[in-house]
Amino acid sequence: MTDTAACIECGAEVGLDDDTEVGEIVDCGTCGTELEVIAVSPPVLERAPELEEDWGE
Amino acid sequence: MERHPAMNVGVLYSRIRKDEKLLLTALRDRGHEVTKVDVRRTPFSIAEAPAVFDGVDLVLDRCLATSRSLYVTQFVASYGLPVINAPRTAELCADKVKNSLALAGADIPTPATEVAFTKESALEIIERFGYPCVLKPVIGSWGRLMAKIDSRNAAEAILEHKETLGHYEHKVFYIQEFVEKPGRDIRVVATDGEPVAAMARTSDHWLTNAARGASVEPFPVDDEVADLVERASAAVGGGLLGVDLMETGVENGGPTGYTVHEVNHTVEFKALDSVVDVDVPERIVDWLEAKAADAVGVRA
Repeated sequence: MTDTAACIECGAEVGLDDDTEVGEIVDCGTCGTELEVIAVSPPVLERAPELEEDWGE
Repeated sequence: MERHPAMNVGVLYSRIRKDEKLLLTALRDRGHEVTKVDVRRTPFSIAEAPAVFDGVDLVLDRCLATSRSLYVTQFVASYGLPVINAPRTAELCADKVKNSLALAGADIPTPATEVAFTKESALEIIERFGYPCVLKPVIGSWGRLMAKIDSRNAAEAILEHKETLGHYEHKVFYIQEFVEKPGRDIRVVATDGEPVAAMARTSDHWLTNAARGASVEPFPVDDEVADLVERASAAVGGGLLGVDLMETGVENGGPTGYTVHEVNHTVEFKALDSVVDVDVPERIVDWLEAKAADAVGVRA
């Protein structure tokens, strides 16, 4: 784990793996919010979209 | 192993799940370029392809949202780019009615299914099927909004709720016989009908989706299952698919038969990859390379 970004909900630092991709989902270990990685250099997190009815396989 | 030239694979996505991460890693480790296309941030014109597709050899649809998958694959195909899976395959897999019609039309054993458009007609079907039976949304995944109907009281309540609270698609009542499967169902990931790997998904609950916490273990694909997978895949146009089957019963330690209840077109495979010896993403990339080579041959 080589980088961190702030949770947009609670401000806690969220650790990101060095192979983290834009579009990946990470959970804030402090408040549990599901976050989406929208940039990696520097890392930026946004609240992940909520589950929609047509999601899946 | 035949070595293929490096390709540029466009990956349509709205979320990079573990499944997409595995594929992206496998593609890059193989020396291929990956062009990620976030469909939430990309406008698609009927006139010309977005610039993001410049230089892309093959497009892989990994959209999390079915509605986006259905439309974006059509756009990509209209741009003359090979897309996996094809829009017709996505259409036949995204909608349970179309999926069932495709399976039945190809004489593939599939659970008895009837559709009604009013709760009165739906109740007539349910009473005729008997209890329990199953009511499913025509669009949906991960076992969501599925109802196992155990009584007339339950049928009346569920039908009324769907008719009153749901949007118009919930007024398409897709009713299916309940299959007394032996506590598990089977998921086979296949490429153009060729099984890559398979797992059994076991749960005490009647829903056995891995997404709902079913336990998974490898499942050996026998000739009968392989044949059903090949035919089910062909029925929806082939591609990278997840074919779901149920054993119709167990006798003398073996299945009495199988029924194919669904084919999935943006198949998840992280659970499968974690329990089988086969490297599922690597096998998928092998197949993508062959598809890209075929596409170049066609365009040449």
